[in-house]
Amino acid sequence: MSDHDIALTVNGRRMTSRAEARTTLVDFLRDNLNLTGTHVGCEHGVCGACSVIMDGRPVRSCLIYAVMADGAEITTVEGLEGSDGALSPLQDAFWETHAMQCGYCTPGMLIAATALLARNPDPTEHEIRDAIGGNLCRCTGYVQIVEAVQIAARAMREAG
Amino acid sequence: MKAAAFDYIRADTVEEACRLLAEGEGEARIIAGGQTLVPLMAMRLARPELLVDINRIASLKGVTADGETLVIGAGTRQADVLADAEVAARAPLLAEALSHVGHEQTRNRGTVGGSLANADPTAEIGLVARTLDAEIVARSSGGERRIPAAAFFESAMVTTLAPEELLIALRLPVWTAPRTGHGFHELGIRHGDFAIAAAAAQLTLDSNGRCIRIHVGVGGASPCPVRLTAVEDALAGSPLDDAAIARATEDISDMLDPESDIHAGAEQRQRTARAMARRAIADARDRAQAGAA
Repeated sequence: MSDHDIALTVNGRRMTSRAEARTTLVDFLRDNLNLTGTHVGCEHGVCGACSVIMDGRPVRSCLIYAVMADGAEITTVEGLEGSDGALSPLQDAFWETHAMQCGYCTPGMLIAATALLARNPDPTEHEIRDAIGGNLCRCTGYVQIVEAVQIAARAMREAG
Repeated sequence: MKAAAFDYIRADTVEEACRLLAEGEGEARIIAGGQTLVPLMAMRLARPELLVDINRIASLKGVTADGETLVIGAGTRQADVLADAEVAARAPLLAEALSHVGHEQTRNRGTVGGSLANADPTAEIGLVARTLDAEIVARSSGGERRIPAAAFFESAMVTTLAPEELLIALRLPVWTAPRTGHGFHELGIRHGDFAIAAAAAQLTLDSNGRCIRIHVGVGGASPCPVRLTAVEDALAGSPLDDAAIARATEDISDMLDPESDIHAGAEQRQRTARAMARRAIADARDRAQAGAA
């Protein structure tokens, strides 16, 4: 069955590897490119843990074969920190509110909320809940996650 | 859960995709957004020998007008249709239905054609296509044909599309008359989940507020989306007061044939369908009246 050379730009760096056609994007990121920050949960598009930003939009990387993404620009949770290694305002707010317990959903939550804040700097609580509606968390009850996104949005607006 | 091994080819043109489908002799499958096919392959409910990727065929994407018809390329992402100004202005029923489709992450990949071809009984896009009597354009190496939505959906997850046919576009009629309104209501366990039942309505009022044209459809409560012509006939010419809507939809269960499954029993789906239909018709009436004011 077919193997393919696949080139991606991940968090600003061009990376290449070779994989079977059936390799999902999340497995390619984790196993071929050693970027294990993106978590793989349900493997059939229900839990949202594998969310990444592909060409500017949040997507589920377990529902895309890596070969289909050839040439794409990908942002994973590893790409959210600043160039100085500091946490992004959103990551900092997750830490501040303790918006996690086991942490399994956290990379997907951060990606979904990062995409939201990029297009909507002042989201309502409903808009926040809608944006993370495709991401399951079994620990927090979502309250601190919503609070973290609100805190981050305020901090980012004040910082301009 | 990993898919069984398969070969993969990216098609650059519609002609190439059609040729690959014909050569595949039923073992080749089209992949567009992959939001249903990839899970089915992960669970090994689908094991195609060859995937033909049509994501980069530019001619399959976008919304164009052809007279009083909106032509939506089969490869257009659901998120792009939802954000399209032309769709919002001329086919607001589709825009409202799309807000119930999955989540942002799936709408960013999922396509209009993919949802139609998958033919899930609860799917919103198919319900709108059926309610508005849209046409579905399919092409094979042998030529192109237009399939009325009523003849496209055959059964749950089954369409009349031939294995060698590629879905090209959805042709959605635009209702241009003044005092036209639409309504869409859906009940799911959570927003974005598969619907227990959903209903769509579009109608036009005359200057006296009487209904002169009405289409009503229900999804999730039969193997395929259905148009409720008996409800439409009962409401044509009426002022669409709540009592008239309630009367016309009272026996809706007779027109539906729902399945019982883990999400809801058959009877619950029938009752839900009736409630959704009443709300959709009332919303459509209110919007048509607001448009007249």
